[in-house]
Amino acid sequence: MSVERTTHPRTNIRGLDKSCAALRPMLMRYVHAVGALAGAAFLVLLLFLFPAAAQQQGFAGLGGEADGYARVTPNKDITFPKDHGAHPAYRIEWWYVTANLIDEAGNPLGVQFTLFRQAATPDTTGEEWARTQYWMGHTALTTADSHLHGESLARGGTGQAGVTATPFEAWIDDWIIASKNEDFAPLRLAASGKGFSYDLTLATDAPMVLQGEGGYSRKSDRGQASYYVSQPFFEVAGTVTIDGTSYKVTGGAWMDREWSSQPLAADQTGWDWFSLHLGTGEKVMLFRLRSTERAPYFAGNWISPDGTSQAIPADAINAEPLGISTVAGRSIPTSWRLTVEGHDLDVTVGALNPQSWNETLFPYWEGPITVAGSHEGVGYLEMTGYPGDR
Amino acid sequence: MNRILHTLLALMSHWRRKPLQLVALLGGLMIATALWSGVQALNAQAKTNYDNAARLLGGDAVPSIALESGGRFDERAFAQLRRAGWKVSPILEGRIHINETSLRILGIEPLTLPPAAGISAGGGLGPAVFEGFMRPPWRALASAETIELLGEDTGTLPPLTASEGIAPRMLIMDIGAAQAVLDASGQISRLLLDPAAAQPGTPLAQAAALPLTITENEAQGDLNRLTQSFHLNLTAFGMLAFLVGLFIVYSAIALAFEQRLPMMRTLRALGISARMLTAVMLAELVTLALLAGVVGVVGGYLIASALMPNVAASLDGLYGADVAGTLSLEPEWWLMGIAISVIGAVGAAGYSLLKAYRMPPLASARRYAWREAQKVWLSLQGGIAVVLLALAAILMLTADGLIAGFASLAALLVGSALMLPPALAVILSAGQGMARRPLSQWFWADSQQQLSGLSIALMALLLALGANIGVGTMVEGFRDTFNDWLDQRLVSEVYFDARTDDEAAQIEAWLANRDDVNAVLPTLKTEVRMGGLPVIVTGFRVHESYRNSWPMIDIAPDAFDRVAAGDAAFVSEQLANRLDLSLDDPIEIGSWPLIVAGIYPDYGNPKGHISVEIGAMRAKLPDAERGDYGLRVAPKDTGALILAMRDTFGMDDSALIDQSALKSYSKGVFESTFAVTAALNVLTMAVAGFALFMSLLTLAEMRLPQLAPLWAAGVTRRGLAGMELLKTLGMALLTAILAIPLGLAVAWCLVAVVNVQAFGWRLPFHLFPMQWVQLIGLALLTAALAAAWPIWSLRRMPPVRLVRVFTDER
Repeated sequence: MSVERTTHPRTNIRGLDKSCAALRPMLMRYVHAVGALAGAAFLVLLLFLFPAAAQQQGFAGLGGEADGYARVTPNKDITFPKDHGAHPAYRIEWWYVTANLIDEAGNPLGVQFTLFRQAATPDTTGEEWARTQYWMGHTALTTADSHLHGESLARGGTGQAGVTATPFEAWIDDWIIASKNEDFAPLRLAASGKGFSYDLTLATDAPMVLQGEGGYSRKSDRGQASYYVSQPFFEVAGTVTIDGTSYKVTGGAWMDREWSSQPLAADQTGWDWFSLHLGTGEKVMLFRLRSTERAPYFAGNWISPDGTSQAIPADAINAEPLGISTVAGRSIPTSWRLTVEGHDLDVTVGALNPQSWNETLFPYWEGPITVAGSHEGVGYLEMTGYPGDR
Repeated sequence: MNRILHTLLALMSHWRRKPLQLVALLGGLMIATALWSGVQALNAQAKTNYDNAARLLGGDAVPSIALESGGRFDERAFAQLRRAGWKVSPILEGRIHINETSLRILGIEPLTLPPAAGISAGGGLGPAVFEGFMRPPWRALASAETIELLGEDTGTLPPLTASEGIAPRMLIMDIGAAQAVLDASGQISRLLLDPAAAQPGTPLAQAAALPLTITENEAQGDLNRLTQSFHLNLTAFGMLAFLVGLFIVYSAIALAFEQRLPMMRTLRALGISARMLTAVMLAELVTLALLAGVVGVVGGYLIASALMPNVAASLDGLYGADVAGTLSLEPEWWLMGIAISVIGAVGAAGYSLLKAYRMPPLASARRYAWREAQKVWLSLQGGIAVVLLALAAILMLTADGLIAGFASLAALLVGSALMLPPALAVILSAGQGMARRPLSQWFWADSQQQLSGLSIALMALLLALGANIGVGTMVEGFRDTFNDWLDQRLVSEVYFDARTDDEAAQIEAWLANRDDVNAVLPTLKTEVRMGGLPVIVTGFRVHESYRNSWPMIDIAPDAFDRVAAGDAAFVSEQLANRLDLSLDDPIEIGSWPLIVAGIYPDYGNPKGHISVEIGAMRAKLPDAERGDYGLRVAPKDTGALILAMRDTFGMDDSALIDQSALKSYSKGVFESTFAVTAALNVLTMAVAGFALFMSLLTLAEMRLPQLAPLWAAGVTRRGLAGMELLKTLGMALLTAILAIPLGLAVAWCLVAVVNVQAFGWRLPFHLFPMQWVQLIGLALLTAALAAAWPIWSLRRMPPVRLVRVFTDER
């Protein structure tokens, strides 16, 4: 499958929103960890696993530089199935799936599956244990009253984790998202953690949606960018198991694929990212990038049911926290008012479970939300960089 | 308050008048505390090292997955198991030699290592440590001590980084680095299983294409079990020393109590209640015990520091356990030492304090009504002793387990000690019955009278001598057996180890062309697990050299021919004991069925050992590694051959070794193994000597009223001193003679019960009469030294003091 980037001209930046999500907590943890090194050997280890990321964010002026890594440039063809696979020449990359589901009794729940790839050095020639590509998998299952999650780490040369483009397969341990036949979709998505597991089928005929300008997604006016495509139209059916009890579930899923070498600017402290499945069949992505020095930076895309993706001008977006929850000792806004001018969107979103906290190596909030107001719907919210006591 | 203070001052004034008693009391407590806490420090240090090692390896908390038959396996099993949902992390272990230092390599995979594996052990893993840890050129973590030991030239090792909490001579590195260092590309030793993760549905056998098995306890469990006997041994010695020290304390306190009776009576008459008197005495005692405890703990620290290198050498030699040669102690240890001093003192004084509490205010000081009471007490003591000795005998014959073995030893020692005074009393009565002249009658009667005062010290001497003879008999017997065994076992004149297979082939070809080499005896080696125990399998070429000299405990007819045919094996005594094997029993190495054709002693090896024919082993166990080569050479050609090999192949001393060097190395290991035992033996003897000295000193003062009449009747001071010396030496001689059967019983218990339980081998029981003679001499010397000062002062005593005995009516 090949996607013509010119057919989906987009002007706005969704860019490195997800890279904020992934990198920002690393930075925050780095800052905290420096003060509290003792006993946290693993944290330290991982910080040095991702040393360039931590440093580059920690110091200003390194914005567009990524010495030795492949650079993200405009006007690059993104082609499938090739680009479903990994891009080891780039520093960071992820395969990200969130699903809003209901069981047979109508109870809502959410599922997250993420596979991160990170290069510790630009050298991609190392074999086996010497390979400097590292993997991190996150999996979570959220209901109204529980949030279960798991994490796994791997290095690149052993076969413990990896991604192949044809047939598509991305895995770490027995957590996997893989094509069921020679086509990309339908996919099988299966993972587990302490007290839960899921085994789902994700089906769609829709082509991948290119973000930014034909998949070139500018992160800021300071030059950073990433390649970014999404598939928000998956229909899901399958089984989730919680504490030994299985439930049949159905719903929709959203997949993000992104790779880049240029991280964020130093002044950016955190991230609020929304993906919305509206009742009209439209899909909306919005984010707010918080900065210590500038006003929050807004961006978003409006995706029609036919897959047409349209960037939303930054000044048309507003996201305003309504309610604060205490989560893991931090104050985190778990309900919001979102407005998008030009699309007459004026909704409040609230967390299905305000305690959707992933207490992973780099902890962050990620969970399903419900949408009410001018539009009805469901979605996912991810929030990073909210400082805690630690 | 004032009253308490004055009571205390009055009681304390006693020590001013009798400073020697104070010295005895404090000295006894100090020695007891020092020896006890010294031994505890040694044990604690070793335990800390084991625990560190255990934590780093996952220890008991983290189960391991390994090949059923032992040995390394393909690293692909790791990814296969992970992809089947097993949360495992690979480990590669091994040993290398750098600059003549044997190093243990631990290769880890930090990303999957379960948190329970505790790689942060010691907390010293800072950021600099992990920078570059997981990628070439890698990085190896080691203790600062190890890095210093290795020096500048570290060969092919990754750059070293100092880190705390790592066992000595251990290097922790990434598994990728470990594979390079150990030349084990693509190989792992085992997989740690995260105990916190759920077990997946896919069975282990299905998930990996290898015969893997889960072990709950890892090698460190073995180490703990193996070293347990050593530490129990040390603890037993510490206990013995502590008891001997408490004997001194007890006699000092009892004496002080007797002598303070008049003062206590006066204090009671002045209106001090029995309760207050007892409380003040207790407070006095606790104060003294605290003082002695502090000094004793410092002494214990010094003793432990001095012995630690020996202990470390012993543990390394015996078990291959890496223990740091330096001490690092927790504050709890210091507190514990002081507490044990106080507890010991209060325990030793308990009887005296109880007497003080119960004493009626007008009790008279009936100091010499002892003898009647003594008879009752002696028969009671004899009764207890008989019970204890019977218990010791029963335990010895039925003992199953190390604890029972040591309990039997304890019962034997205490029972014998209690038996000593009644036994001496009987002997002295017999002597008295035979005496005709008045002075010799007095001599025997006075000896009996003196017995109660000396018995505690003599008991201490008996224990020290008994332990000495027992341990000495064991060590000597071991040494003889070990030397014979070494002579027989090391049949080849030259041993060498090739670095690579190519080099091995080259050397073999080179040797084939030399006339002076009569035989080349190659070996194969691999480690397997049998019944959960680590077992070394060695393949050897069945050769005349072995047929003629291999020492066997039990051997079947045609055993060597059957082994040569590849369907029989020799097993070590330890393994035979643990697996309950005897001749003609079947065993299996992996899937290789074998018959036990012989059982041989394999002293000092904590692992089981099996010897099989080398060709059959190569076919059945293809993973086995090349072992050492033995060369049969005429002794006169040995030097020339070694020189030629050294020149031709550039082999150093660690790769090429002649028999005599190997023997002296083995004997060195043996000697260091028992160095601690020898040191503790000397210390217990010293304590016993001190006890005897203090007893004689105090008795000398008490006994003036007995001696004065003799002096008045015309016996010279010199004659009196001579009799006193004779008496002391006689008592010591009797005690030493009685110590011989005790020592032999102790030795038998060690050799036939404790050793079998602890190590799995039984030593032949030899007698060493010369050793006894030496010890009797040592006992007499100790007694003479202990008696020297009191007797010298008796000889020089001004007559006026003797006269005053008659005027000082008490």
